[in-house]
Amino acid sequence: MKTASRLERVFDEGHFAVTTECGPPRGSDPEVIRKKGELLRGSVDAINVTDNQTSVVRMASIASCAILKEMGLEPIVQMVTRDRNRISLQSDILGAAGLGLNAILCLSGDHQTFGDDPDAKNVFDIDSIQLIELVKMMRDEGKFPSGKEIQGPPNLFIGAACNPFAEPFEIRPIRLAKKVDAGVQFIQTQCIYNLDRFEKFMDEVRKLGLHEQVKILAGVTPLKSAGMAKFMKKNVAGMDIPDDVIQRMADTPKEEQAAKGIEICVESIERLRKVEGVAGAHIMAIEWEKMVPVIAEKAGLLPRPDISVPSD
Amino acid sequence: MIMGEQKPLEVILGMLAPYDKIVLAGCHGCVTVCRAGGAKEVEILASSLRLAREAEGRPLEIKEVTLERQCDPEYLEPMRPYLEDYQAVLSIACGAGIQFVAEKYTSTVVLPGLDTTFIGVTEKQGLWVERCQACGDCVLHLTGGICPVARCSKSLFNGPCGGTTTDGRCEVDKEIPCGWMMIIERLRSLNQLENYRKNLPMKSWKTSRDGGPRRIAREDLME
Repeated sequence: MKTASRLERVFDEGHFAVTTECGPPRGSDPEVIRKKGELLRGSVDAINVTDNQTSVVRMASIASCAILKEMGLEPIVQMVTRDRNRISLQSDILGAAGLGLNAILCLSGDHQTFGDDPDAKNVFDIDSIQLIELVKMMRDEGKFPSGKEIQGPPNLFIGAACNPFAEPFEIRPIRLAKKVDAGVQFIQTQCIYNLDRFEKFMDEVRKLGLHEQVKILAGVTPLKSAGMAKFMKKNVAGMDIPDDVIQRMADTPKEEQAAKGIEICVESIERLRKVEGVAGAHIMAIEWEKMVPVIAEKAGLLPRPDISVPSD
Repeated sequence: MIMGEQKPLEVILGMLAPYDKIVLAGCHGCVTVCRAGGAKEVEILASSLRLAREAEGRPLEIKEVTLERQCDPEYLEPMRPYLEDYQAVLSIACGAGIQFVAEKYTSTVVLPGLDTTFIGVTEKQGLWVERCQACGDCVLHLTGGICPVARCSKSLFNGPCGGTTTDGRCEVDKEIPCGWMMIIERLRSLNQLENYRKNLPMKSWKTSRDGGPRRIAREDLME
C-alpha cells in the first residue's frame, strides 16, 4: 500500500531523493523550528526531526514535525525506543499519523548516559528492528501487537538508520537485511567520509539484493572545521573519517575551512550518487541548516521535483 | 552469584548515628564469595566502626554474627535469643537477606550495610562482572550463550547498534565489550550465524520485574 509520503513519491518517480534533518530547539519557541524549516524549503524532499538526539532534551520530534507540516513542508518523525515502551510507541505512531505525518524513522536512540540526564532509567522495551515490525503491522495488518483491530491504521512510510562503519563491519549488510525483513522501506546512513569503505559496503548490499528492496539514502555531514573532524573521529563511535579528509581540512586556512567542508561534502554527494543502489542523499548539517540549500545547489540536486501529493 | 558492594563507611556511620548497641550480621552465601559480606568483612567492618565511633567519643557496641544464609528462615533463628538486647541490625547480606531479616524480626530496625549490585561472575580475582538480569525467559540458546539483555547496554534483541567502537567496545564505556559483537563472533565460531539472520520478536517482559514481584511455587516441595 502506498503512503502519502512525498519521499515515497519521489522514489516512485525515479528521482534521486534529498532529505535533511533538523534538531528541535531546547525550548518551547516554535519560531526556532519555523526558521529552520523556511531555510530548507524547496531544497529537500523531506526533513527529519531528531528525537532527543544524544539524549539531550529538546522539543518533541512529533510536535516539531507538526509545526513543519503546518508550513506545508514534509517532515519525517524520528522515534527512538530508548524513552518509550510499546504502549507509548503505539500511541505516538497513531498520534504522528493523526497529525498528518507521512513518514517515520525507527531508531533505538543514543544511550542516556551521553546526555544531560545520565541518571534516567532507559526503556528499550523493544529495539529498532522490532519498531519497524510494529509500525508495519499496525499499518499493513491494521492491528496492534495485542491482536486488536486499529480504527484507522497509521499510513506511514517506514525508515530506519544504518551505520556501515561500525564494527563488526562484515555484519552490517546482514543487519540491514534484518531491517529489510522487518519491513523497512528507506534507509538513511551514518555520515559517510570513507567513501572507499562505503562502496565496499554497497558491494555487499548489492550481493544480497537489498538495494532492490529498500531505498538507501547516503548520509553526509559537512565539516565546519578541522577541529570538528578530529573531534568526531575521536569521540563518536562508528564515525570513520579518513586521515586524508582531516588533512585536507587542516591544510586549509582556518577562515576557509568551512568552505572546504562544503566542497568535500559536495564531492562526496557527486561520487555517492554514482554508486549503484544509492537512491538519495541525506544531508545532515548539524546546527548549520542554512548550508543545506547551498550544498544541494552545488551538488546539482536542485530544483527538487514538483510532486503533487494528493490530499486525502 | 548475587554481587554486592559495601556502602561507604561514612554512610554506614550516618545510619548508625542514633544507636550505640547493634548486631552486625554477615552471610555465608554469595556475598562471602564476592568478599563483601562474609565473616571476614563482618570482622573488618566491626573494627572500623568501633574505631570511628571511639574517635567520636561515642563507643558502639557491636555483636558480630555471620549466618549460614540470610535468605532462608531457619538460618535466621539463631539471632532470635539476643536480638532484643540490641537496638538495630546492620546486615551486610544482599537486599533479599536484609529484607528477610526485617520481615522475620518485625520490631527490629534493620539497616543495609551493602548495596546489592548484580548477578555476576568472578572474571578474575578482584573483578566481578554482570552476566544475568534474571529476566525470567532465557534466550542463551539463540545467542551463543551470551545474553543480549545483560551484556548489551541497550538490551537490544537484534543488535549491534551503530555504537560499537573500532576495538569492539560499547560506546557507553570502553570497559564494556560490545555484547552483540561477542554474540556474533561466538555464533560464527559455532557455525550458527543463521540464528542471527532471523529477527528476534518483541520480548515479553512479564517474566521480568515488569510483571511485579515474582514468585515460584513448587507444590511438590511444599509441606
